[in-house]
Amino acid sequence: MSRPLADKWFRWGLLASAALSGAVVVLVVLFLLVASWPALADLGPGRYLTDTRWYPSGGLWGMSAMIVGTLLSTLGAVLLAAPLGILSAVFCHYYAPARMATLYRRLVELLAGIPSVVYGLWGLVVLVPIIARWHPPGTSLLAAILVLTLMILPTVALVADSALGQLPGSQVAGAYALGLSRAGVIWRIAVPAARRALATGTLLATARAIGETMAVLMVCGGVVNLPTSLFEPIRTLTANIALEMSYAEGLHRSSLFVTGLVLVLAVVTLVTVADRLGEEPTGG
Amino acid sequence: MGWYDRWRGGLLAIGLALAMAGAACSSTADGAKAYPHLVITGSSTVAPLAAEIGKRFEQAHPGVQVDVQTGGSSRGIADVRKGNSDIGMASRALKTTEQTLLPFTIARDGIGLILHQSNPVNELSRQQVVAIYTGQITRWSEVGGLDRPITVVHKAEGRSTQELFLHHFELDNRQVKPHVVVGDNEQGIKTVAGNPDAIGYVSIGTASYDASHGVPIRLLSVDGVAATLENVRNGQFPLSRPLNLVTREVPTGVAKEFIDFARSTQVIDLVEGQYFVPTAGG
Amino acid sequence: MANLLAAQGGRPLRDGLADLATWLGVTLVAGSALWVVADVIWHGVGAVNWGFVTTAPQDAGRAGGISTILVATFLVLLVCMTAALPLGLGAAMYLSEYGRGPMGRWVRRSLDVLAGVPSIVFGLFGAVFFVQVLGLGFSILAGGLTLACMVLPILIRTTEMAFSGLPQEYRAGAAALGFGPSGILLRVLLPAAAPGLVAGLILGVGRALAETAVLIFTSGYVDRMPDSLLDSGRVLSLHIFDLSMNVPGGDHNAYGAAVVLLLILLVINGIGGWLSRRWIGRGIVAS
Repeated sequence: MSRPLADKWFRWGLLASAALSGAVVVLVVLFLLVASWPALADLGPGRYLTDTRWYPSGGLWGMSAMIVGTLLSTLGAVLLAAPLGILSAVFCHYYAPARMATLYRRLVELLAGIPSVVYGLWGLVVLVPIIARWHPPGTSLLAAILVLTLMILPTVALVADSALGQLPGSQVAGAYALGLSRAGVIWRIAVPAARRALATGTLLATARAIGETMAVLMVCGGVVNLPTSLFEPIRTLTANIALEMSYAEGLHRSSLFVTGLVLVLAVVTLVTVADRLGEEPTGG
Repeated sequence: MGWYDRWRGGLLAIGLALAMAGAACSSTADGAKAYPHLVITGSSTVAPLAAEIGKRFEQAHPGVQVDVQTGGSSRGIADVRKGNSDIGMASRALKTTEQTLLPFTIARDGIGLILHQSNPVNELSRQQVVAIYTGQITRWSEVGGLDRPITVVHKAEGRSTQELFLHHFELDNRQVKPHVVVGDNEQGIKTVAGNPDAIGYVSIGTASYDASHGVPIRLLSVDGVAATLENVRNGQFPLSRPLNLVTREVPTGVAKEFIDFARSTQVIDLVEGQYFVPTAGG
Repeated sequence: MANLLAAQGGRPLRDGLADLATWLGVTLVAGSALWVVADVIWHGVGAVNWGFVTTAPQDAGRAGGISTILVATFLVLLVCMTAALPLGLGAAMYLSEYGRGPMGRWVRRSLDVLAGVPSIVFGLFGAVFFVQVLGLGFSILAGGLTLACMVLPILIRTTEMAFSGLPQEYRAGAAALGFGPSGILLRVLLPAAAPGLVAGLILGVGRALAETAVLIFTSGYVDRMPDSLLDSGRVLSLHIFDLSMNVPGGDHNAYGAAVVLLLILLVINGIGGWLSRRWIGRGIVAS
């Protein structure tokens, strides 16, 4: 096979992998649409969005409280995890001695692989009682945010870590030579240069937070409620599916798939907005 | 690159997907099992028991494999209806819409109210339980306890424990004002164990096991009847549910053998080992 | 360094604050992480011994060990990575090298959406698509393939970043040396991007090992020793979930299983780190 031909096949192979990977989401959305169709056709989409009350056996199907719960817990977790994750990566590259950096990295990698059940168990047995002593019932928006933060932090940290590791050494050395301090080099040169990777990491982490199920289910309280404080219980969209799917039938079951569809729509919105924002500052 | 190339890629992707699907299908055909293979799906409450019975059944019937899968009672019912499984598992009695199916009770399970061990309240009347769950009583001092806010732990909609509880106390789910909604029994127990002001309701077997193994919870009597496995067994305890195996048609062959085995005295120790109440031999 | 800080003159306070924030943040993260890990080890280490790892579970998992669970977990992970790695690597290369057009943007967006699909939805999807439509039944194969769908986004996006983060000179230099596109990618960029690739791999493996909801509905609940990839097999995280949430008296062995999971992760991550250092050393353009 001549080299141009081999290269052509190679490129087709890559394109096929990309197309196939992208096609998975189409399959998943198609599946959700089919499964939620009975409920959408019967009840109409409006019923799900206009009400805050969710009592499937009583014919109340409002999801807005759960949408708010999902958004608040995700937002809180990302606001905590993104800076902490970036600080972690900065620490590994510019502060820690080599051995400490390796140890710290191992620890963060370990966090990435701990099953959500274990996070949930820890949250339920350790974290929630502490919050409950302070402000009952303990299972709350706050508990959900804290557990989610721990779970998504490795995503930001590891992605930021590899991005900072890729910056050409000359760039950093040059900055030092110009007389910039360590903090100056980090926050004026290194972090801005890695901002695309940091954005990708944060986006992946946000998506993970929205989709996280088992751990949140155990610590969020599970009550369909529009929270007015951090200490009130909430129910996220994922918790709704996990709590009720095993025991739901007919319209109820189908409505839980609508919950899944709403989640995916939320992620689509997020991704589109992030894409738009990412487009503006071209170059770099 | 032009649109032409993109199309090529798309076709290639579809081709690849088809090839994968084809390979998958043919491998299933090759791997089709010659020996009897019993598939049982449904309630996660029944699943550990069914799996243990399955293991003993496999020992007594060499060559037979019993595969137990979870996914909830409604999934068990749906799978049996569609023929996706041989036997379903349901942790409740069949509903009126499910009367075409055949239930086989293998054990019973009671549902009891639990408090944190440090809670000084010893008894709650029916009215007090209703008032607590509907949010009319919000502090323990109103029922003879400490001056602390009550944390009401409720179960998620559709769970059979929740349906039984609501039915027994003649409550509508919309009246209930919970602070925590949980799924599985152990989640309920861990929630109450971690909060001195909580009240919840869970499987009596699970609760009495945990209470006797150092978990700080306590079972309350209901309508004056102590929440013990003994009272569930003799039928005095008002809140109990059957654990059922379910089939679509009158079972035959291995399925019949398994159901008979699961209802026989040969598995009483297994039923008690999972802290349920045996129905066989009575 | 002290000289530089002093020479700065104008901003020592702000620099000091930045340093302080970094140390505080890192202490907070390390503290919380150690808290979780220590809690698991404290509760679980007593359950772990050689017998625990080499015997099958008994009495719904309260007694016995986790040998069959470990085998099933390993097989599911193997299927998952066999499917996801080549696909993910190919897609990542496409995105970084040719992905500027509408196709690339579409794939990227799809993947970002896929990353946010809740695991339980993947599980229900897999239960229909792989288990029923493709006829795999409850099996390790179905579980591994569903899991592959789930880890694809994280694998691809991190790997893509590793490729596109490489300096443009690498490509130009390699082209000048006479490499074609496939040569540039495979022989020059791939070794140079290895650390990022490993980061993606570690996140992906971690995610796969940690997953519960996906596997309840696909690889299933059976804790017998699997004979083939078409057998149902219970994975470690599902075993932990069942023991801690569904089996009274299962906590002890649940924590024990979690300790074993942590050990497996340490080994895998250690190998990953070693591999990435080795690859950097061997790359044509050592960084």
